[in-house]
Formats: sequence, structure tokens, C-alpha cells
Amino acid sequence: MSAPSAHAEGHAHPSSGTYVKIAVILFALTALEVLAYEMAHRPTMPLHAVMEATLVPVLIVLSAAKFALVAMFYMHLKGDGKLLTSLFVFPIIIAAAIIVILIVLMEYWEVMH
Amino acid sequence: MSTAAHAAHPETTTGIDSRKLAIWAFIGSECLFFATLISTYLVYKGKSVTGPLPADIFEIPLVTFGTAVLLFSSFFVVLALNGAQRGDRKKLIMWLSLTVLCGLFFVGMQVYEFQHFYHKGLGLGTNLFGSSFYVLTGFHGTHVTLGVIWLSTVLVEAIRGRVPPEKALNLEIAALYWHFVDVVWIVIFPVVYLMR
Repeated sequence: MSAPSAHAEGHAHPSSGTYVKIAVILFALTALEVLAYEMAHRPTMPLHAVMEATLVPVLIVLSAAKFALVAMFYMHLKGDGKLLTSLFVFPIIIAAAIIVILIVLMEYWEVMH
Repeated sequence: MSTAAHAAHPETTTGIDSRKLAIWAFIGSECLFFATLISTYLVYKGKSVTGPLPADIFEIPLVTFGTAVLLFSSFFVVLALNGAQRGDRKKLIMWLSLTVLCGLFFVGMQVYEFQHFYHKGLGLGTNLFGSSFYVLTGFHGTHVTLGVIWLSTVLVEAIRGRVPPEKALNLEIAALYWHFVDVVWIVIFPVVYLMR
């Protein structure tokens, strides 16, 4: 596998070997997501009751891990400096807040009406 | 940076190429755009009074395969960028072609899915699920289509030999957009298809 390369601003990009490792991890995490879904929806599967109760948090953790891996390694935020990371992370925090606040507000509205 | 690249892209106060800064600012704004669509889907989830409902129509194996293909495309485009930065034109063209093919497959899968759902009775105005589902996944599919067109133009330039290492940033910017489309799907896939 090749060594890390440098791009226009001079920061090192990961090597092809690192990209392959990240790809394998991403596919494994996607397989785990589907496995968790199957376990939660098929009563014959082992740990069905546990997974039925914990499916949502499990899927959130797995997709957050995939999101972070793509952003850090494929989008090169790990080596590209704090300014670009801030440009991405700050809107994500606002986006997450929008999602949580809207859900809470709509649930509150339903309870009140 | 080479002298030629220096002339083409003058130094900036941030030390980052203005085009790269611009694509990241655009990606930041897109995060908020998709946040509104995802929150709308979640707010209306389970509130449809008529069918068809997600459990009646979703085909998880097909969408899982589509998700894997989109992840593959992100992997292929970083390898294409690696080739462009090293001046390896063969590698650049091969991986970029595969990326475009994966993108086309994903768009095809979504067209098939929409058509299949429509024939099963789910239209844009059938119920809250239909409206929020089509708007969210439709906008994502539009982004994928635009990404395929963008990457195809870079591929044509690469075939013509117009993507030398000092112009690899052109591909890097398109690739950043493509990865963003991928991370949005990383969120949409479990939220829409797996959390029912």
C-alpha cells in the first residue's frame, strides 16, 4: 500500500491502506445495523427482547460512528485543520438541536392538545 | 505547491484555498437543510391515519445493498483522488468511473423504489408518511444525481488529461460534496428504514 500523500495546503492525507481499513469498518458497521434491525424484528432471533428495547440508541451510536469515520478520514477533517472542522461541526450541532427541539415541541403540543 | 499551482491559486489569509472553504461553508448550510427534512420526517412518524405504512412497503435488503454501494463509491472516490494527487491517470480514471457507476446504481435503485411504492398506492399526498418520505429521500436523490453529473464532468476532464496533480483540488472539492451526500444517507438509512 502507498504512503500518505500531501495536497495543496500541505496536510498529509491518509494512505490507500487506511482508506481500505475505514471501508471495511464502514461495511461492518452497516452489517451490524441490519443485524440489530433483524434481531429487534424477529422474535426467533437471539436477544430479541433486549434489541427490541435498545434498537434506537444502538442505531444512533452505529450511524454516528460511520458519520465520524467518513468525515475524519474520507473528508480529511482529521488532518485539514480546525477552521474546516468548525465549519462542519458547528452546523451539525445546530442541526442536531433543531431535530431534538422540534420532536420535543411536537410531543409537548400533542400532550397539551 | 508547484509554481504553476501557485499562480493558479494565490495564497489566502486563512491558508486554505477559497474554493475549498466555500464548499465546506456550503456543506455546513446543507446540514441545516437536511436537518429540517429529517426532523419533519421524525415529527410525522407514526402519525399517518391511512396506509400504506413503512412496514407494508419497505424492502430492507434492496436498500441495504444500495447503502453499501454508496459507501463503496465514497471509498472509490478517495482512491481516485489519491491517484490524481500522485499523477496516476489510469488509477484516477478507473476509480472515478467506478464512483460514477455506483452513483448511477443508487439513483436507479431510488427510481425503482419510488415507482414500486407508487404502484403499491403510496403517492406524495397519500398520507404524512408518503409526503415526508418522498420529500426527504427525493431531495437526497437529487443531490446524488447532481453529484453524479459533477463527478462525470471531472471524469471527462481526466480522460482528456486535464486533471494533473496541481489540479487535483478540482476533484477533491467534488469528492467532498460526494462524501457529504454519503454521510446524509448514513443518517437517513437507519432513521427512515430501520427505526420503525
